[in-house]
Amino acid sequence: MTKSELIMRLAELNPHLYQRDVEKIVTTIFDEITEALARGDRVELRGFGAFSVKRRDARTGRNPRTGQAVDVEEKFIPFFKTGKQLREQLNTD
Amino acid sequence: MGDHTVTRAHLSEAIYQEVGLSRNESSVLVESVLDEIAAALGRGEMVKISSFGSFSVRSKGERIGRNPKTGEEVPILPRRVLVFRASHVLKNRINEVLSANEQ
Repeated sequence: MTKSELIMRLAELNPHLYQRDVEKIVTTIFDEITEALARGDRVELRGFGAFSVKRRDARTGRNPRTGQAVDVEEKFIPFFKTGKQLREQLNTD
Repeated sequence: MGDHTVTRAHLSEAIYQEVGLSRNESSVLVESVLDEIAAALGRGEMVKISSFGSFSVRSKGERIGRNPKTGEEVPILPRRVLVFRASHVLKNRINEVLSANEQ
């Protein structure tokens, strides 16, 4: 399912809403999560899962092809932990 | 780093502000978005949200685990797990802001 398929599905379920509002709803949700993570905040959606940011220290890496040492700067990576309910939902047939 | 936790309530407040639906309907829609994503994943579908990331379901085979407390061997049954891969747009956005703040 892509973002536009998700929007179409929600529009079907909510025929009283304008398509452009449905689009705005979906966009707002992912923008809010993105901006929260960019502030270093955690996003906790009980039952679904939690998004957080982890810091990776600067390190000396190696170009795997040439073996040359390269400095890798400190960076932040987004992380998602699946919620209990969703994890269980994936495993019920 | 920030020490706040954003929840469903914040997301529905943002929809209330941005889209102008009632607070109640905004929260129903947040739930509906999460439910539709969960349902697609439950069907084994991959969910791709452009410029955010993708969620996919991976099947794991049975393996032997160990109870860390007793050392007893226990079988870990085959199961399905969810994997989230952040898009480059999301990764860049996070690094742009957080690295700038650290300077």
